[in-house]
Amino acid sequence: MTQPLDIHAVSAHYGTTKVLEDLSLSVQAGELVSLLGASGCGKTTTLRLIAGFLSPTSGSIKLGGRDLTRLPTHKRDIGLVFQNYALFPHLSVLDNVAFGLKQRGLGASDRRKSALAMLERVGLAPLAERTPGALSGGQKQRVALARALVIEPPLLMFDEPLSNLDAKLRVEMRVEIRQLQRANGTTSVYVTHDQEEAFSISDRVAIMNAGRLMQFDRPEVLYRQPANTFVASFVGFENIIPFTVVGREGETVTAETAGMRLRLSQNAFGAIPDTFLLATRADGLMVSTDPAAEGIPAQLGLRTYLGRAYQYQCETAAGHLVANGSLTAPLDPGTGVKLVPVPEQCSILMPDEAR
Amino acid sequence: MSDRPHPFLIAVAALVYFFLMVPLVIVVGAALSDTTYLTFPPQGLSLRWFENIFEISAFRRTIVTSLQIAFLGTLIALIIGIPAAYALNRFRVELPKWLGTLFVLPILVPEIVFGFALLKSLTVGAGVPIFAALLIGHTLLVLPYVVRVISASLASFDFSIEEAAISLGSAPLKTFFTIVMPNVRAGVIAAFILAFITSLNDVSVSLFLTGPGISTLPIQILAHVEQFFDPTVASVSVLLMFLTVAVMAVVERTLGLTFLAK
Repeated sequence: MTQPLDIHAVSAHYGTTKVLEDLSLSVQAGELVSLLGASGCGKTTTLRLIAGFLSPTSGSIKLGGRDLTRLPTHKRDIGLVFQNYALFPHLSVLDNVAFGLKQRGLGASDRRKSALAMLERVGLAPLAERTPGALSGGQKQRVALARALVIEPPLLMFDEPLSNLDAKLRVEMRVEIRQLQRANGTTSVYVTHDQEEAFSISDRVAIMNAGRLMQFDRPEVLYRQPANTFVASFVGFENIIPFTVVGREGETVTAETAGMRLRLSQNAFGAIPDTFLLATRADGLMVSTDPAAEGIPAQLGLRTYLGRAYQYQCETAAGHLVANGSLTAPLDPGTGVKLVPVPEQCSILMPDEAR
Repeated sequence: MSDRPHPFLIAVAALVYFFLMVPLVIVVGAALSDTTYLTFPPQGLSLRWFENIFEISAFRRTIVTSLQIAFLGTLIALIIGIPAAYALNRFRVELPKWLGTLFVLPILVPEIVFGFALLKSLTVGAGVPIFAALLIGHTLLVLPYVVRVISASLASFDFSIEEAAISLGSAPLKTFFTIVMPNVRAGVIAAFILAFITSLNDVSVSLFLTGPGISTLPIQILAHVEQFFDPTVASVSVLLMFLTVAVMAVVERTLGLTFLAK
């Protein structure tokens, strides 16, 4: 039943505007992949291309062995869950869920049985005879989920399904969605702009920007090892500092930025190219008052309390940086310190090629 | 906020109703008068002017013509207007803005100009028969109302509902009838009533398009008043009023009118 999705070199245009450029993405059978990015990044366009509401200008989309590229939507056999639920307002909850089964030619009693069983699974069987207007947001989204799942589609797609729900319900629902998806083993594509949501429920996440795929990997990898500056700043790396290597001595590299030199060990940081960017969150720059420490000289600015640490806005020759300092010794603004990179919290990035 | 409306509000509402109702009361009164001239309050009570309508063959004929034109014109306007309104809303982003305005133009042009233009182009220019010309004229006259009212209904329709149905395996055309139409039913009914009544009561456009042997009721009323000053016009007006009420009543009984309050 469950099938892999293969998007190959797909481009799309709205009029003369290119909204998707040469996108290739493979989703394994049973895998949940999120498309993550800000609005206008092409994630919804990608979903609509897979669904068939849009046609690509080039490239192909395959589901299992079937080529979907030129197939009309109603023949694609894809379950869709919409942001605004998109329930049929004039039909009962039961008829909403049974709608897809009716299109597949199932008899009335079979439809009713399957739809009720599906409603049971999402905990809404007692509301089967209501109309959607009488349901809460969370209930509506459960009905939408049941309606998409009951046709047992080889591919399930979610278009920002939780963004109309309040924060607490959002967390509950995403766990529920993940459990249902796991239990059915349905290949799924999940579109969201919420990083936490994407990282928490996905097997793999595709981070998109301006119609291009920036990085496609497991959440753990994206979070720790962004592949480029876009992904780095997207996942919250506040500090991205450009360096040029001026000397190598065994595994120790001397790198320079804005007239300051820093010695880094390749044993700790991995291979370091001749020009690179040191990217890290505030966690990855420790504030040190030891003048002999191997770090970036900085002047402390505003201090904020984070609970697990103090965070400092710092002024350095390399520009504005954010660093964390220990809770035991709060430092005052104006203090001169060294910001020491913590290797396991840092990523060495190649400067982005000119696009 | 108190539960009871402010007395001033009640007074204003009462006044509005008063001014709306008084002319109707006067017309009904005049229609029932036993005199041979129009007068109010009625002197003596009689239904003979109602009988008189049906004794004058021109009235009989024009009532039938008016109903035919109103019904067919509205039907054609719906057949053209529903898909047009659908397309205008569904492809709002893709379609040029002026296209929507195009459908409203007949309302913006003074009706008398519109009627004259139709006379020049249809009857004189293309030699279209009178009944057909009337039908075309009335269809064009009511089309803007149909497109506007159904557009308003579609504006609040979430097209992702349609997409959901298609994704579940329903072909697009079938989806239009099983999913889109039931959800804009109220708009279609409202459009039907508005168009039917507009057509039934139209004078300006019909004035130019009627001709020898074929006329509409309002035009016949005008023609009658020019020659006679008897209460027949009042009784015909009452009849026209009741026709309108009858249309509303049928709709109310079969489909419910609560949607108009939405």
